[in-house]
Amino acid sequence: MSSPLPDATSTVVLRGIVKRFPGVLANDGTNLEVRQGEIHALLGENGAGKTTLMNVLYGIYHPDEGEVWVNGQSVVINSPQDAIRLGIGMIHQQYRLVQNHSVTENIVLGLREAFFFPEQEARGRIISLAEKYGMKVDPDARIWQLSAGEQQRVEILKALYRGVKILIMDEPTSMLTPGEAMELLHILRRMTAEGLTVIFITHKLEEVVEVSDRVTVMRKGRSISTLGTAKTTQKELAQLMVGRDVLFHLDKKPVQAGDVVLKIEELQVSSDKGLPAVVDFAVQVRAGEIFGIAGVSGNGQRELVEAIAGLRPVSDGRILIKGEDVTQLPPRSRIERGISFVPGERWMALIPSMSIADNLILKNYTRSPIGRGFFVDREAVASHVDGLIGTYAIATPDRHTPIKKLSGGNIQRALLAREISEKPALLIVAQPTSGLDVGATETIWQLLLAERERGTAVLLISDDLKETLSLSDHVAVIFEGQLMGQFAAREADLDQISLMMAGALRLPGMGESNAGEPA
Amino acid sequence: MLEFILAAVRAAIPAGTPLLYGTLGEVYAERSGVLNLGVEGMMIMGAVSGFAVAQTTGNVWLGILAAAVVGGLMALIHAFASVTLRVNQVVSGLALTMLGLGMSGMMGKRFVGQPLAVRLQPINIPGLSDLPVIGPLLFRFDILVYLSVLLVPVLWFVLYKTRLGVTLRSVGENPAAADALGVSVTMVRYSAVAFGGMMAGIGGAYLSISYAPAWIEGMTAGAGWIVVALTIFAIWDPRRALLGAYLFGGVRVLQFRLQPLGISPNLLNMLPFLLTILVLWLSSGEAAKRRIGSPAALMTAFSREER
Amino acid sequence: MNIPRIRFEKRLSSPQWLTLASLIVALLLAMLTIAIIFQLLGVNPLIAFQRIFRGGFGSVYGLQETMTKSIPLILAGVGLTLAFKGRMYNIGAEGQLLIGAIFATGVSRAFPELPAYILLPAMFLGGFVGGALWAVVPAILKTRFRVDEVLTSLMLVYVANEAVKFLVYGPWRGTDTRGFPITDEFPDAAHIPNILGTRIHYPTLIIAILLAVLIYLLLVRTKLGYEIRVTGENPDAARYAGMDYQKIALLVMIISGGLAGLAGMGEVAGIHYRLRPPEAISPGYGFTAIIVAWLARLNPLAAILTAFLLGGLLVGGDAIQIALNLPAATVQIFNGVILLFVISSELFNQYRLRLEV
Repeated sequence: MSSPLPDATSTVVLRGIVKRFPGVLANDGTNLEVRQGEIHALLGENGAGKTTLMNVLYGIYHPDEGEVWVNGQSVVINSPQDAIRLGIGMIHQQYRLVQNHSVTENIVLGLREAFFFPEQEARGRIISLAEKYGMKVDPDARIWQLSAGEQQRVEILKALYRGVKILIMDEPTSMLTPGEAMELLHILRRMTAEGLTVIFITHKLEEVVEVSDRVTVMRKGRSISTLGTAKTTQKELAQLMVGRDVLFHLDKKPVQAGDVVLKIEELQVSSDKGLPAVVDFAVQVRAGEIFGIAGVSGNGQRELVEAIAGLRPVSDGRILIKGEDVTQLPPRSRIERGISFVPGERWMALIPSMSIADNLILKNYTRSPIGRGFFVDREAVASHVDGLIGTYAIATPDRHTPIKKLSGGNIQRALLAREISEKPALLIVAQPTSGLDVGATETIWQLLLAERERGTAVLLISDDLKETLSLSDHVAVIFEGQLMGQFAAREADLDQISLMMAGALRLPGMGESNAGEPA
Repeated sequence: MLEFILAAVRAAIPAGTPLLYGTLGEVYAERSGVLNLGVEGMMIMGAVSGFAVAQTTGNVWLGILAAAVVGGLMALIHAFASVTLRVNQVVSGLALTMLGLGMSGMMGKRFVGQPLAVRLQPINIPGLSDLPVIGPLLFRFDILVYLSVLLVPVLWFVLYKTRLGVTLRSVGENPAAADALGVSVTMVRYSAVAFGGMMAGIGGAYLSISYAPAWIEGMTAGAGWIVVALTIFAIWDPRRALLGAYLFGGVRVLQFRLQPLGISPNLLNMLPFLLTILVLWLSSGEAAKRRIGSPAALMTAFSREER
Repeated sequence: MNIPRIRFEKRLSSPQWLTLASLIVALLLAMLTIAIIFQLLGVNPLIAFQRIFRGGFGSVYGLQETMTKSIPLILAGVGLTLAFKGRMYNIGAEGQLLIGAIFATGVSRAFPELPAYILLPAMFLGGFVGGALWAVVPAILKTRFRVDEVLTSLMLVYVANEAVKFLVYGPWRGTDTRGFPITDEFPDAAHIPNILGTRIHYPTLIIAILLAVLIYLLLVRTKLGYEIRVTGENPDAARYAGMDYQKIALLVMIISGGLAGLAGMGEVAGIHYRLRPPEAISPGYGFTAIIVAWLARLNPLAAILTAFLLGGLLVGGDAIQIALNLPAATVQIFNGVILLFVISSELFNQYRLRLEV
């Protein structure tokens, strides 16, 4: 393959980047070209490979294939040190700051000039740099005393202090208040006015339109398209980002939805970082229906389902199962009340090194016939597990095989088999088919549809919009933890959904005033 | 009573000196994020090799140098295991203590019972040593004692006022942050651990060359474990290490003098360990960790690609 | 200076043969290293190894002594397999052993008139309770305050050490001990019987083997054992399934501390018949037990075997001490080097290593 010299106006060119992790292809021949002095947005869903691509540019990952060009030179970047030498800085989503140290100490860290700590000189430079770009920073403050926005400014100053010309920012607004986000966009404009280049990773359309000059959309490890921001619309970007594959036609038997099984009222849940992740969320799910929640991942879906399963504390609102308030109950009690949960992170619900048998009894080992008094009845385990292996056609040499040795499809089938065999009233499934091939996906779908026919209330979370729309009877859209709209799946309008997922449209009546009665 | 106190101070300082060397080194190692439970082994290896070299060459300084080198080499094994191979720091340290105790016995066998032929002479500081009362009390020690005291402000200054110190502390607090700015976490940790081992070696050599001065099997008698406790008790600060070392050194040497007063030496000896547990407990909360400043990444291995 | 970088790639699976092979390679390398150390220190390693083997395993007397020394190692080691399985890094078994010895002694002093069939069980119970109490402290600090259990359990070893010394030098010092820091001899009823002509206090040995089997069964056959295994392998999954982490952490520490306490009881009532200074009661059984557990790959039944091997090493160490005129601590070289290599070998199961210079 010939590779002609890239455009001379391009500061950064990435060509054909491939990065593999065990079991995952994060970048699949990705291309990116960034011009000097622009704000370039890198748009895509979580897991699209944006951060991996930028980690390659910053020398944290070594690409398996592909070329990197900086300022017209082909380069190999082996470490962040190399990147900094080339004038590239990166601010990660999780700030890399030493909490106990002062702003100045954090900024001069790693510079090797004088032996003594150049406190006065450094403070002077920090203050003048901060002023130049319109930032307010106290050089003597300790990091833990600062707000998220102030900490981010320290990160920016760290890069500027090193004379960085190209600044990569990973989801820079994700931890900021709206006011701080506005301030950040202002700072970024000041920086490009001074000739700096900014690459801005995001999954928020609004920000792309507001601040960037050009945008590259990524999906599933590939770069889909690069557009001038002025020449595109949020709608077009949304469609590029989530993809527009045809819906599957699934043979869904008509099922009369029954009583309400799960009712969520004005739910508020915080993320791991303590920020609001689910905001005033209210929906209800009936027996015999699949209720899908669509949304770009990272918009509170995970926190929502973990709260329902009892794995994450609820700050406000209520969760009702068949009318009973379970908001304060521990996970075990919820399992006993018929909640089954297939999390998106499969290994949270499985023990990789343990046998299939040990994995399949994780939920029912306390009860007869598996649990007998103090003991686990091994014969009961054998017949239960062999039964599940047969019924759900889990391909395994035997029940003693460590579960991590199975294929992805079989692992997921085993997990689903365990949760379904509990005969749940409510089955929560997150990302049921992520990483699975077509055949395995098909079987998982059939299992979910069978549950629907059995009269289970199924709550489905998926990053794959076509999966959500194909399987569900009802669909709700979530954005930044808020309910943007809900409707019957057969009435779904894809354009509208894309906009809701991007936060650009909210149906009237959603939010505080509405308890979320489906139409 | 005054006489008793003066005698106590006079005894506590030499008794605390090996602890001070060990603790100063361990403060640096732990500040970089590596717990070294091999101190006991490194001290005793320092003691035996220091004595052996001083005795055979007739040069005290070569002995001290040898002790530092041996301690440093053992520490490099610990660094290789815990930083490069990323094995459990606790187990690796324990293993090195066992190894040191075993090897020192074999190495020192032929020196047992020999008095050291050469000595470190006490240094008279003109003017100060002749002062009444405190002169003979504080200014008639040998150079290793003065050196250890001198190291306290120097190491404190390096830790808090130089780039080197900022880098070291950053690696122990948030290695990812340091790595992102091009600091070699591996290099910093290797150096800090090796420095800690060298200091432990010198601490051991002080015992066999100056304090005893002889080689006695197992002569460190748990001093390395007190160092581990003392490092936490001193909250990873060289200045408090000085205080703690003389306090616990005093406890060790004075236990039998206090017995007639009804104070059990053994209960006294528990103090360093009980106080350390107390410090660990008090510093367990998130807020307390900030106030106290324990190295946040202590006992965690770092790898760039795995987060 | 350029330090070669070793890159780690996580293995998705580690085949069974690799686990065994890496263990064997680690042991061989450890032996080679020890041989080199011996050679450098002027001792012919072949002769030393031979003497150690003959001392520990080569005669009836040696085997008896090996059996005697493996009793505390089985007890403490089996307890540690359970603690490590449950992800509680209890490294304070030595202290728990000593406190067990104190409690057992206390029981014998409090009820010297009781007949053996009541007194001995009461002393075993006392030993268990003492060891368990000593392990509960780090467990509670860990579960309630998130204080690292490694450091606290280690610190408590030295507190226990001083506690034993305090008692034998102070309030419990015997009346007829010619100035030695030891207690008076226990009443006859407080002597654990031996196999005739040996020092093997067989009731303790039977208890130890029985407990190893019981703990093995606990792990593979019971609900609690299942919970311990799940918690140890994947705490997230344990939480997901509604298991009570605090309860499990506390329980494994109580059991592992209790077993170490039984070992201490066995030493004072089966060998010495009195409380003596700590170094006389235990030449570091509690620390050696860490190697026992690790070598056994945390399998309680395998720990019986590894305890026997390391017990033999201790006896062999005594043998070369006499035969080659080496210090008693020499055997620690074996402990240290074996531990280093075994723990490093574990890495090769989890990662593929690549050297980059």
